[in-house]
Amino acid sequence: MSNAPDPLLQEIQGPSPRQMLKIRALGHKGLLFGMAVVGLLVLIAILAPVLAPHDPYAQSLMNRMVPPVFMGGTWEHPLGTDHLGRDYLSRLIYGARVSLLIGAVAALISGVIGTAMGVAAGYFGGKVDAVVTFLINVRLAMPVVLVALAVVAILGGSLTVVICVLGFLLWDRFAVVMRASTLQVSRRDYVAAAQVIGASTPRIVLTEIMPNIFNNLIVVITLEMAHAILLEAALSFLGLGVQPPTPSWGLMVSEGKNMMLFEPWLVLIPGAVLFVLVLAINLMGDGLRDVTSPEGRS
Amino acid sequence: MLTFILKRLGLALLVAITVSFISFSLLFLSGDPAAALAGETASGEDIEAIRRLYGFDRPMLVQYGEWLFSALRGDFGESYYFKLPVASLIADRLQVTMLLGLCGILFALLTAVPLGVAAAIRPNSLIDRLALFLSVAGQAMPSFWFGLILIVVLAIQLGWLPPSGASTWRHFIMPTIVLGYYAMPAIMRLTRAGMLDVLESDFIRTARAKGAGETRVLFKHALRNAIIPVVSLAAVQMGFMLGGSIVVESVFALHGAGFLAWESIARNDLPTVQALILVFSMFYIIFTFLADVLNAWLDPRMRSA
Repeated sequence: MSNAPDPLLQEIQGPSPRQMLKIRALGHKGLLFGMAVVGLLVLIAILAPVLAPHDPYAQSLMNRMVPPVFMGGTWEHPLGTDHLGRDYLSRLIYGARVSLLIGAVAALISGVIGTAMGVAAGYFGGKVDAVVTFLINVRLAMPVVLVALAVVAILGGSLTVVICVLGFLLWDRFAVVMRASTLQVSRRDYVAAAQVIGASTPRIVLTEIMPNIFNNLIVVITLEMAHAILLEAALSFLGLGVQPPTPSWGLMVSEGKNMMLFEPWLVLIPGAVLFVLVLAINLMGDGLRDVTSPEGRS
Repeated sequence: MLTFILKRLGLALLVAITVSFISFSLLFLSGDPAAALAGETASGEDIEAIRRLYGFDRPMLVQYGEWLFSALRGDFGESYYFKLPVASLIADRLQVTMLLGLCGILFALLTAVPLGVAAAIRPNSLIDRLALFLSVAGQAMPSFWFGLILIVVLAIQLGWLPPSGASTWRHFIMPTIVLGYYAMPAIMRLTRAGMLDVLESDFIRTARAKGAGETRVLFKHALRNAIIPVVSLAAVQMGFMLGGSIVVESVFALHGAGFLAWESIARNDLPTVQALILVFSMFYIIFTFLADVLNAWLDPRMRSA
């Protein structure tokens, strides 16, 4: 059997589902823009040591608050320096690492927890479903920012603590979406067929259910990643997230806040980068939902 | 209907009890609350004395039971920092937060609903694009950053509004915008989707066919049906907003319950933090309960759920 599609057959059948997906994806401006920006920022984060013009931690008290080049500064510090004379561009570049790492790992942890709960609830139903729904209700009733702040304050602010706290708090949307999708999928005939031929539960979940709810999972992962990045920034801004001198964008806004009156760019630049990253991830998530779900195929 | 309310009330109570247990357990997350309270320089004897004074030497469940029963009577203990009853501290500060939350949700509804309706009437028009842009931007906007920008522009550059504080109504304008904008995207999207759905339905076609005016069709027939889910979303958002007011209150130095929470966390004032988590959760539980009951009342199909 050759893998090359028969041109005649293809003419009759039209493009394959995979090709359709590609066509839809390439026609979706939001998705393309989101993916391009996220890709660029990931690249910047990975190549931070090569790209950063200075050491993000190196202080220079002689060069404090040098303005950015577009406000009369020099190319020595393209985006100026902060209140300790550290190069702002280098801190921004290393800050991308912090945001992306926290977003990705927190979304991964909450994704594992939420998916396990949601799939179990949707597949088994009955008491399992009741317990999971109850846990979702409890989780939603807890104020996220407040609980996260309190736990970080008790355990001490570090990258690991912030990641774990967010990971253990943000599983609710995964559980809600995965439960609903599993409920839908597990009523299909092929699941019944697998049960009839005696496939084990783990096998059914892994080979019949998971592949069919995977698209929804990807969408929720991107949206929760954006959520985690925003929350980390808020926690760091409030002084109870990532601790100085780590370059976190939320922390940079907080450090620049006191000098906001005279040097508004200290606040504007890191906030704008944060906004663009979250916007791009959200556009990517919305776009993925549009091109993978049947409702989005207009 | 009564069965629905009772069942829903039972669930709300169960959630409330679980939340109270979790917020109480926070105290023990640090390992030894007495050592945490005594500070790093305290000797072993000091820690032991504090442990007895606050009753940390007893089993955790006994302490939880005691805490819960005093909480039910409105007694949340004494703040470690202010040396005042936590309940009166919170009651004092809650007014500001409630006012802010109310203004915020009103702002969100007053911008989101008209925008959502206008966007649904003319899909893909300029106004629809504007609405989409505003909601996408709102979801990505870090609220602390948005607040600081407003301060720079409206308070410092233009001098129209006071930058921080809570003494007059003008102090509430910027916090309202920031908090309201946080809730607006979800409400706008739901209104738009709901209106689009309803406008395609048969009864709207019937209403048009029998010659009802366009305004009457839109507002009397369509919006009344599309707004039902929006009401319950607004209640949920209100619950989230009270919890989210901690960021906004700290940016604008509004001394509400959110600000108190931030101060208490920074000062390790655990009784206040526990009580605040419980209070904010209770608001969420009450709002969602009321929203569900309202929904069931408006739409009998919801009662079976």
